[in-house]
Order: sequence, then C-alpha cells, then structure tokens
Amino acid sequence: MMDIVGLLTVGKGGWGVALLIASGVTLSLSVLGFLLGALFGAVAAFGRLSQRRLPSWLASTYGTVFRGVPDLLTIYLLYYGGSIALTHIGKLMGGTGFIGLPAFATGVFAIGIISGAYQAEVYRGAYHAVDGGQLDACKSLGLSGFQSHLLVVVPQLMRHALPGLGNVWQLVLKDSALISVIGLVELMRQAQIGAGSTREPFVFYLAAAALYFLIAAATGTVFRYGEARAWRGMVRT
Amino acid sequence: MIDIAFFFEIIPALLAGLPLTLQLAGSSIVIGFVLALMLALAQQGNHRILVWPIRTFVAVFRGTPLLVQMFLIYYGLGQFRPSLQAMGLWWLFREPYWCAIFALSLNTAAYGSEILRGAIQGVPRGLVETATAFGMSRLLTLRLVVLPLAFRQAIPGYSNEIILMVKGTSLASIITLMEVTGIAQGLISQTYRAVEVFVAAGAIYLTLNFTMISALNALEAWLTPYRVRA
Repeated sequence: MMDIVGLLTVGKGGWGVALLIASGVTLSLSVLGFLLGALFGAVAAFGRLSQRRLPSWLASTYGTVFRGVPDLLTIYLLYYGGSIALTHIGKLMGGTGFIGLPAFATGVFAIGIISGAYQAEVYRGAYHAVDGGQLDACKSLGLSGFQSHLLVVVPQLMRHALPGLGNVWQLVLKDSALISVIGLVELMRQAQIGAGSTREPFVFYLAAAALYFLIAAATGTVFRYGEARAWRGMVRT
Repeated sequence: MIDIAFFFEIIPALLAGLPLTLQLAGSSIVIGFVLALMLALAQQGNHRILVWPIRTFVAVFRGTPLLVQMFLIYYGLGQFRPSLQAMGLWWLFREPYWCAIFALSLNTAAYGSEILRGAIQGVPRGLVETATAFGMSRLLTLRLVVLPLAFRQAIPGYSNEIILMVKGTSLASIITLMEVTGIAQGLISQTYRAVEVFVAAGAIYLTLNFTMISALNALEAWLTPYRVRA
C-alpha cells in the first residue's frame, strides 16, 4: 500500500508532479479548444440562422457530420490528413520523411471543430429564446443589424446558452483524453506512461480518473457561478 | 483528386468492421438500458443506502472520460489477474471484447439512468395517485402507467445517448479491437489518404446513426398517436 502512495507523491520517485503538469496540459488544451469551438460554433449558428440556402446548408452539414462521426475518426483525419499534406509540402522543398503536425495545436483544432458543432446547436437554440420583439425595438432605435446583434441579442443570448455550454464543456474535457492517441502528453497519456514504466496500470488510471473528475467538478462550479451571475435580478419564465 | 476506384477498395474493408461495431453498440446499449432502468427505479424509493452509492456511480462515470474507464477496466484490472482467476472472472477481463462491452455498458447505464430518472419523475403525480385510488398495486402502476409514459418521454434524450454510444464504440479500437474506426486508422497509415478514408468511414457511421434516429423517431410517433404530426 505504501508503494502505491509513494508512486503518486510529488517527491523523488513520485509521479505526482508529472500528473499535475499533465492535468495542466489537459486543462489548457480543453480551454483553448472550447474557445476555438465557440468561434466555429458562432459562425455555424449564424449560418444556420441565415435566410440564404448555401450558408444554412453548409452549417447544418458541418453539424451533422461532426456530431455523427466518432471524435476519434475526426482526430485521425486532422492529424494524419494535416501531416500528410505537410509531408508533401516538405518533399517539394527538398525534405525527406514524415513530418508530424504539432500535437497540441492539432488537439486544440480537433476539439475546436468537434465542440463547435455542438456549440452551434446551443447558440441556435439560445437565439430563439431571445424575444423577437427586441430586434424590432433595435430597429426603432436606429441600430444597424450588426449593432443590434452584438449589443442587444448576444448578451441576452448568453444567458440562455450557459447551461448548454456547460454541458459542451464537460464533453470537451472528456474528449481531450482522446488527443492522447496522437502522442500529446496530457493527463491520459501521462497516466499511460506511468502505468507502462511502473507496471501499476490500476493506480495510474485511477489517479487519472480522479483528476479528470476533480477538474470536471471544479470547472462545473465555475459554470454554475456564471449562470447564477448571468441571471441575477432576472425572473426565469 | 478524389478517385472513385479507391472508394470501392476501402469501403468493403471498412464494412468488414461493421459487425463488430454493431455488436459492441448493440450489446452495450441493451445491457446499459437494463442497468439504467434498474438504477433509475432503485432511486425512486429514496432509500439513502440505495441512492447514495448509485449517485456516486453515476457521478463518477459521467465525470470521467470513457477512454479512462476502458483502460481502467482492461489494463487496470488485468493487474489483479490472480484474484480474478480465483473468482472465475478472468475470462471476462482477459478479452478486450468483453472489457469494451463492460465499460461501454457501465458508461451508458450512468447517463441513461439520469435520462430515465428524469422521465419517471416527469410522469404527472395525479396519474399515479389515480392508479393508487383504483387499487392498483405499485408494481401494476409502474408497469401500466409510469413506465409506458416515462419511456416515451425518454426517447429524445435516449436517442442522443444511443448516438454517443455508437460513437463510443470507436474507442474499442484503442484496446486492439478492429472495428470500423480501427480499420480506418490502419487504412490511413497504409495508404496515406486520410480524407478518402474519413469520408468512407464517416458515411458508415452517419448511415448507422441516421437509421437509429429514424427508428427511434418512428417509435416515438407510434407511441404518440394523438399528437398531430408537424
């Protein structure tokens, strides 16, 4: 029992520091991926809400594909697809051999693409929750379409979007474990490394599970706080 | 750029993994549903000794990545081989196939139990009270009043969960099972044609998911004959 505790300590021979650093990688990977996803999601939601056929079709195809296809497959597409393209470019410039994409950036991009598809649905739903009369009021105040969305609709929309975004965030955090397959040393990968070199897989995967659980719980609190703040002084109808 | 002949080569190769994907998804959805229903019903009584462990189970399985759960069960429990052999359970935890089904089932049971719990609570109290007033036993009320209504209520939420499970089976490829995603990864590293393989494998998953959603929508419509269809 003592040696198990020893494995996870921060001192000499312990994997505690490595696991904590890896948790930091997981957290930053997830946060950046989620933010990129917010951008993709906002663009896609805008496309879905558009009256024109093409943007609406493109946005809905994006959503259907990346919410319907396994995330692992999307990660392989981006990593191998990107690396293969890079290798071709490398060959043109006289290089030889396989050039791999940087794992962290690819991970952020993959999480961005996947979570963007989910976030688009959240934003779209939240948009409809904002009273349509608000846009008429904006018009009567002489605001342009862009101004009325940015200044009036979006701030109110976020209030409705927060619970859904909280769900997507939890999804993102757990999805980030899949980025381990392209070699990024985040929490999951670090646990695999520890498990491999100490032959104590149970301890390491249990520790990883506990850390994921803690991160999920802590960040969940942030979302609940944000939601309470967004609704202060308001009555939910 | 994209050549059709290549698709005709890879599609049969990918389809060879479909039976395994279907088996993993099918068994874990069925086992997970049975477990989810038991967990949801066990929480109705509000007995602390029952509710507390279930809540913990649900929170743990919803709060950690499926990949970690799979690794914990496949590699982690492998460490306890002598004790598992003594218990006669080693055949189960030795095979990646059973470990994958085990992990997927527990995972979907945790999510599913929350969906079903919400649906059961959504059944109007008055209906249950009426049933009691008619002298129906608790079991009869459950069978004839609560569950039929709850199941119908649960369909939209549960179809999302089923899609997540179909997607979740792809993680089995990481513990060496060659289902559709595993084969796709192999093809990509052999042929270096990521886009074509993604399109073909993605089409298989989208077809699968679309079929499931259509079936569930049909089921919901069939269970809701009075609702005017839009």
